[in-house]
Amino acid sequence: MEDLIIIGGGPAGLTAGLYAARSRLKTLLLEKLSPGGQVLMTDWVENYPGFPEGVSGFELMDRMRRQAESFGLNIQSREVVRLHLGPDKKEVTTADGSLEARSLILTMGAMPRKLGIEGEDRLTGKGVSYCATCDGPFYRDREVAVIGGGDTAIEEALYLTRFANLVHVVHRRSELRATKLLQERAFSHEKIAFSWDAVPTRILGGGGVEEIELKNIKSGELSRLRLDGVFVFIGYDPNNSLVKDLLELDDYGFVVTNNDLETSVPGVFAAGDIRAKLLRQISTAVGEGATAAFAAERYVENVT
Amino acid sequence: MADLLQVSDADFEKEIVQAGIPAMVDFWAEWCGPCKMVGPTVEALAKEYAGKIKIAKMDVDQNRETPAKFGIRSIPTLIMFKEGKVAQTLIGALPKADIEEALKKLL
Repeated sequence: MEDLIIIGGGPAGLTAGLYAARSRLKTLLLEKLSPGGQVLMTDWVENYPGFPEGVSGFELMDRMRRQAESFGLNIQSREVVRLHLGPDKKEVTTADGSLEARSLILTMGAMPRKLGIEGEDRLTGKGVSYCATCDGPFYRDREVAVIGGGDTAIEEALYLTRFANLVHVVHRRSELRATKLLQERAFSHEKIAFSWDAVPTRILGGGGVEEIELKNIKSGELSRLRLDGVFVFIGYDPNNSLVKDLLELDDYGFVVTNNDLETSVPGVFAAGDIRAKLLRQISTAVGEGATAAFAAERYVENVT
Repeated sequence: MADLLQVSDADFEKEIVQAGIPAMVDFWAEWCGPCKMVGPTVEALAKEYAGKIKIAKMDVDQNRETPAKFGIRSIPTLIMFKEGKVAQTLIGALPKADIEEALKKLL
């Protein structure tokens, strides 16, 4: 039996793994893909302290992985399909067998939220995208829309100006929520145009995206933009499918914890984007990873 | 990544369409983080299915024609080929089990 199983290999999971490995807890980190998490969808990270020139998302996560492994963290590429949370042991079922642990840290993160409108699913990968660094280069000298007005939306709109002729930012409010620095960059950029108080209602196209229909939420008026790509950054949904019937969640499905990051089930902790909280950043995820590992260590020592 | 067959616009026809066995091509690029998340899985599958399914990668930055021909606008994209024709397309970084399910349909 493991002392601790960490599920998810983003910044929160890798930091929890680093701390747990240094505490000599018998720890396993399970990741369904390769470690890195959502940071790998970011081209350049410039708000993570310690990197004054910024750092690529890939390099930052590669460093976090190597650092955790250097202290002996065992990372396995396995997908968890089911959890059973008993009082003394937690059972983790993967596609290739069952594992047991005294404690768990859930760091499954979140994924980009969908618009939920006509044409979105059908045209995903054919012009509808949730990852500008992956797909931006396919839009050289094209026109695209970015849906959203938060940090991610504005960062990605700025990134897309490297390729696209024109980036339409479509936002449902009359002002952006993004950090002021990003707003300044976007407002002064000649390749960025704004559609305020607007929500997309349909994405149209045959083999690929051709048009987007927008509704002005103040006037109700419908309009259309002809373009080649629609990039959606309207927030995140938690990857909670393993725990949605097992743990207390908030109204949006994020996992509720106490100050020590323990969930509604003793011995089960949560850290990073999957948690109900104010701010989802790499810097907040790593701090929570450390706290969760410390809390899990304390739990394991008290129950055994 | 070094062991895996890399195909180009120039040899795609010969290596994949005329492979004589089913094939899977992982369309990727250096700039794409999620491609790196799925890369090790593709390499592992290439070893497991050696001789039965030809598994290769194509860098979409170096090769523009083939990705355009298949309408690729998002990576990673995995395309399964049977008798030289597209049998299935998987878009995005997916877990091994999902990719394997698509591969098994080719056999």
